[in-house]
Amino acid sequence: MTPENLEDAFVAFDHVQKSYDGEVLVVKDLNLQIAKGEFVTMLGPSGSGKSTCLMMLAGFEVATHGDILLNGQPINNIPPHKRGIGMVFQNYALFPHMTVGENLSFPLEVRKMGKSDREAKVRRALDMVQMGDFINRRPAQLSGGQQQRIALARALVFEAELVLMDEPLGALDKQLREHMQYEIKHIHEQLGITVVYVTHDQSEALTMSDRVAVFDDGVIKQLAKPADLYELPENAFVAQFIGENNKLEGVVRAREGENVIVDLDGGMTARALAVNCGAVGERTMLSIRPERVSLTDDGPNSTDALVKELIYLGDHIRCRMSVSGHDDFIVKVPNASGHKHLIVGENTKVSWQTEDCRALDA
Amino acid sequence: MTDTGPVLAADGTPLKKKLAQALFVSRARAFSLVLPLLIFIVASFIIPIFSLMVQGVKNDTYSSNMPATTAIMAEWDGASELTEDMFAALVTDLIQARADKSIGRVATRVNREYAGTRSMFTKSARRAAKLEAPFMAAMLDIDEDWGDINVWGAMKVSSQTLSPAFYAAALDADYKADGSFVRLDTEDRIYVYLFVKTLAVALAVTLATLALGYPVAWLLASLPIRQSNLLMILVLLPFWTSLLVRTTAWIAMLQSHGVLNNVFVWLGITSDDSRFSLIYNMTGTIIAMTHILLPFMILPLFSVMKGIPPTYLRAAKSLGATNWTAFWRVYFPGTIPGIGAGALLVFILSIGYYITPALVGGQDGQLISNFIAYHMQKSLNWSLAAALGGILLVIVLAIYWVYDKVVGIDNMKMG
Repeated sequence: MTPENLEDAFVAFDHVQKSYDGEVLVVKDLNLQIAKGEFVTMLGPSGSGKSTCLMMLAGFEVATHGDILLNGQPINNIPPHKRGIGMVFQNYALFPHMTVGENLSFPLEVRKMGKSDREAKVRRALDMVQMGDFINRRPAQLSGGQQQRIALARALVFEAELVLMDEPLGALDKQLREHMQYEIKHIHEQLGITVVYVTHDQSEALTMSDRVAVFDDGVIKQLAKPADLYELPENAFVAQFIGENNKLEGVVRAREGENVIVDLDGGMTARALAVNCGAVGERTMLSIRPERVSLTDDGPNSTDALVKELIYLGDHIRCRMSVSGHDDFIVKVPNASGHKHLIVGENTKVSWQTEDCRALDA
Repeated sequence: MTDTGPVLAADGTPLKKKLAQALFVSRARAFSLVLPLLIFIVASFIIPIFSLMVQGVKNDTYSSNMPATTAIMAEWDGASELTEDMFAALVTDLIQARADKSIGRVATRVNREYAGTRSMFTKSARRAAKLEAPFMAAMLDIDEDWGDINVWGAMKVSSQTLSPAFYAAALDADYKADGSFVRLDTEDRIYVYLFVKTLAVALAVTLATLALGYPVAWLLASLPIRQSNLLMILVLLPFWTSLLVRTTAWIAMLQSHGVLNNVFVWLGITSDDSRFSLIYNMTGTIIAMTHILLPFMILPLFSVMKGIPPTYLRAAKSLGATNWTAFWRVYFPGTIPGIGAGALLVFILSIGYYITPALVGGQDGQLISNFIAYHMQKSLNWSLAAALGGILLVIVLAIYWVYDKVVGIDNMKMG
């Protein structure tokens, strides 16, 4: 699935840099290979350079340095209208003076397609997003979700092999957004198109993507499958950005094979998996997912905890504790039969497995 | 539901009545805020316009000062033989009008219907008191033109308090004593040509402002805010300088030894003895009006373009449209409300434009409003001025109506 070199990739960023003002690099040395049929999400906080990458791929921004390749061909000098890339915009960008049918027909008209062909394709695209009955409506007469489907159909109607989506679900409410995520995913699987998707919403990225590129400050911090991203974060940024994370800071005391022994600032000594930590004597950040902490005192990493706050969430109870000097240590206690009932102010023990505790860059 | 009576409020009064009472105070307060403006508009706009419009069809200069002839003229058919009674009435009126010192105005009024009659009235009025019957012979003795039936026709037309004579004159026609309208001879027709010329100039200015303003508005809408603000100041600068100063500046620019012509001569585009005449003619009027009315085109265009998200153009390009197709099929249709508003504004302002043509138009560049001003201030023929203004108002309303039918007023965006 993952292309190893530039020639095999359907879309490739090769040492791409971008600066708007000649002083600051918005995208710093980006290398990314995307295989045909892959669904890749660029995830990151706003200003991390993910949208700029998408705009460079679409042709609306010019790379300051480096090549962008599509099917092995550099496309830096090809204007956007000749790239044949479908795009879905954040605010849909449906043309308000055209009906739904005319909007979908537009890319076919500019390709000088005959009327009967156009009608057939428009119909098929609309049926695909279950909007066949809305062909004569104006965009203003549609709800946000309906407009989003039309925008999607318009990006697909001219049979682009590559479709870019720039936070397409950002303007929808939560329920509709989740529903549309599945629909986009299904369409992607059904048509076998390649999708590059930009979002700042991690759950969206995790549910839809084959691979996720986590952007921060113009750099891809990690490019991995959603499960790996959550379970095997390679650096502190990814650990903090994806999902909920407990961090404990300290200094590396010793290395033992794959593990390190870390003296935490709160006085405790912990064993952790050495993923991305420095040499002995350097600072590190330990990352433990809240659901991997148990309220027992066996194992190598067991310590005292003071219960600060309890929040009942139905399927689990979120418990904020003070551990090793950190007041924001979160433990998710499953609401299973026989689970331990905690009381605010109570002293208890917490522990975790060494392999669940990752020593990352400080 | 079994209860079909009106919905009642908690205290038993009908809900509708209760609601009206509750809303009355806020409505009254809102109305009282609008009231000063309403009074001002009625007093300074609606009443004067209405009274001017009335002037276009109503003129009692003759009928109020010459009652005897007015009465007899009402019966005369405008064609049959002149009678002694008519002359007797005329002498009575002339004596009275001279005593009232209104003879001058009466003479002017008749003279407008039939040129050259003014002196007949003033001369005859001076001697009327001494005349003796039979008056027909006595009057013919003073001026034999009193026997001309056309003079009496002019008096009959003048004696009608309500008359279409001024509207007829404003459309280059003559209203005859027998109630018919006759088109003036070709060389005497001026106003219809002037209306057409005014409309043509307005159209030319509208197209010129659109052609010049569209790219500027686009630039304003697409530049970053700091630069667009600076450019906006340049666009608005003409608004902050006196119209008179701007127009005079054009004189300095465009006159035959002005800046522009000197540049043309220097560049060798024209020779020194065949300089372009760019001012005191139609060219000068169109150039200066285009400049002055340009902001009225740019501002509505700008506000409409500002509201068109740049992603539309990007979307069009990503769908395969060239720059031109994207502009023409996607961007341009979005700007039509702005074009409509700007064009309507500029067109209607140009139709009534006065000071610029007056200053830089020379003979050739005069528009209808210059003639309205002339009749208001110089010839003092207010009724004709009112008729010309009335026709202008009808044209503007007609254009507005056509615009509403074609583009739709709701589609218009001023800002």
